[in-house]
Amino acid sequence: MELLTINNVWMMICTALVFFMHLGFSFLEIGLTRQKNTINVLFKNLFVITIGLLLYAFVGFNLMYPGAFNGYLGFSGFGLSSPLNAQGSLDLTYNNNYTYWTDFLFQGMFAATAATIVSGAVAERIKLIPFMIFTVFYVGLVYPIAGSWKWGGGFLDKLGFYDFAGSTLVHSVGGWAALIAVCLLGPRIGKFRDGKVRAIPGHNMPLALGGVLILWLGWFGFNGGSVLSADPASTSLVLVTTSLAAASGGVIAFLVSAAIYKNLDLTMFLNGILGGLVGITAGADKMTPTDALLVGAIAGAIVVFAVSFIDRIRLDDPVGAIAVHLVCGIWGTLAVGIFGALAGWKQFTTQIIGITVYAVFCSASAFLIIFTLKKWIGIRVSEKEEIEGLDIHEHGMVAYPDFRLNEH
Amino acid sequence: MKKIEAIIRRSKYRVLKEKLHDIGVTFFTYWDVTGVGNEKEGHVYRGISYSTSDIQRRYVSIVVNDNFEEPTIKVILEVAATGEVGDGKIFVSDIQES
Repeated sequence: MELLTINNVWMMICTALVFFMHLGFSFLEIGLTRQKNTINVLFKNLFVITIGLLLYAFVGFNLMYPGAFNGYLGFSGFGLSSPLNAQGSLDLTYNNNYTYWTDFLFQGMFAATAATIVSGAVAERIKLIPFMIFTVFYVGLVYPIAGSWKWGGGFLDKLGFYDFAGSTLVHSVGGWAALIAVCLLGPRIGKFRDGKVRAIPGHNMPLALGGVLILWLGWFGFNGGSVLSADPASTSLVLVTTSLAAASGGVIAFLVSAAIYKNLDLTMFLNGILGGLVGITAGADKMTPTDALLVGAIAGAIVVFAVSFIDRIRLDDPVGAIAVHLVCGIWGTLAVGIFGALAGWKQFTTQIIGITVYAVFCSASAFLIIFTLKKWIGIRVSEKEEIEGLDIHEHGMVAYPDFRLNEH
Repeated sequence: MKKIEAIIRRSKYRVLKEKLHDIGVTFFTYWDVTGVGNEKEGHVYRGISYSTSDIQRRYVSIVVNDNFEEPTIKVILEVAATGEVGDGKIFVSDIQES
C-alpha cells in the first residue's frame, strides 16, 4: 500500500508538471510571434488544453487504452469508469504504481500537447474556428488511435517499436499535422517576398525563454512520469538523460548557428534545447548519460539545419515547431536503434517501420481534416485581418492595452 | 519664441537634458520615434540577415524665447553630433503665442 502511494504521488506530481508545460508552450509561442496576435495565440493554447482534456475523458482515454483489442482500433466506451472492488470503492489493484484516476489524468495531459504543437506552426494567420474544429478531431480521435498502437498495446507494440515518452506518439504526431497545416495554410504575408526569405521577429524574447525553461521543467514530469512508477533507479536516470540532452542540444544549436550565421541567436539556442528534449524522449530510459549527450547534441544541430531548410522550401513556421517536434521527434525515435540499451539493426528497422506508419496515418488524417475545412469554411484569415492583427479582428481585444509597442 | 525640434540618438538624451538645464532651458517635451534615413542597423534572426534603416530615436521639442535660440542649438550640436551617419536633425520654427 505504501509502495502504491509513493508511486502514485510521483505520478501525480508528474501529471502536474506536464500540465504546466502548456504555460511553457503559450509563452514560447507568444514570444516568437507579433504582439498584434498575442490574444489569438493565448486563446488557441487555452482551448487546446481544456477541450483536449475533456475529449480525453469522453473518448480519448478509452480509444487509446481499450484493453484487449485487435491491435488497430478498439474502444472501451464513452466517459470514465473507474474499476471498483467488492466493497464498491476504487479498486487499487488496477495497477501497482498508480490508480485509475492518475492513469487517466497523466495520459490526458499528454494528449493536448499534440495539438498545441500545431498551434505554434499555424500562428498569426489561421482562422480560430477551423483550428478549434481541427483540434477536436485530431486530439479527440487521431492522437488516441495512434497512441493505442504502441502504448495501448497495439500492433506496433507487438512489433517491438519503442517510444518511451512520446518522441513519435506525441511530438511527431503533432509535427506531421503541423507540417500539413503549414503546407495547406501558406506563409504569413511578407514572409517570402521578391524570392527572399524575410525575418518576422517575435515581440517578446523574455517570454520565449521563460517558455522554454518552463517546458524543460515540465519535461521532468513528461519523461520522469513515463517510467510509470517512482522506481528510484529509472526515474533518477531518466531525469539525468533528459536534462543532459536538453543542455547539449542547446549548446550545440547555438554554436552551429553562430558558426553558420555569425551571430549568437537566442531563439536558436532555445529551439536547440527543445530539440534535445524531444530527441531524448523516445529513449530516455534506455540511454546512458553519454548517449543522452550525443542524442541531444545531434538534435541540436539538426534543429538549426531544419529551421533553415524549412524556410528554404518556402514553408513558414513562426516558432520552429516542425524542426523541433517533427524532425527531432523522428531523430529521437531513430536514436533508440542507434544509441543505448536497445541499439541494433533490428530495433532500428522497427523504429523506421513505426515512424513510417505514423507518418502516413498522421499526415493523411491531418490532410483530410484540414483540407476539408479549407474547402468548406476556409482556414485562413483575410489579408486585412492578418495585417491589422488577429487580436482586434478575431477577438475585439488587444493584449497590451496601455502599452505602446513599436511596429508589431 | 522659437520651437526647436531635435531628432537625436536615444543614447544622447541624458547628457542633452543635463546640458540644457545648465544653460537654463528647463522646459521641453520628448517622445520616442522611429527614424528612417541613411544609417542602417544590421540584424540577424534565425539565420536571416537583414539591415533596417528604421532606427529608434528620440524627438525633443523645445520652445524658448528668441534669445535662447542660439545657445540651445549650440548645446544640441555639441552633445548630439558625433560626425557619424544618423546623428539627426534640428528644425527651427516660429511660435506665435504660448
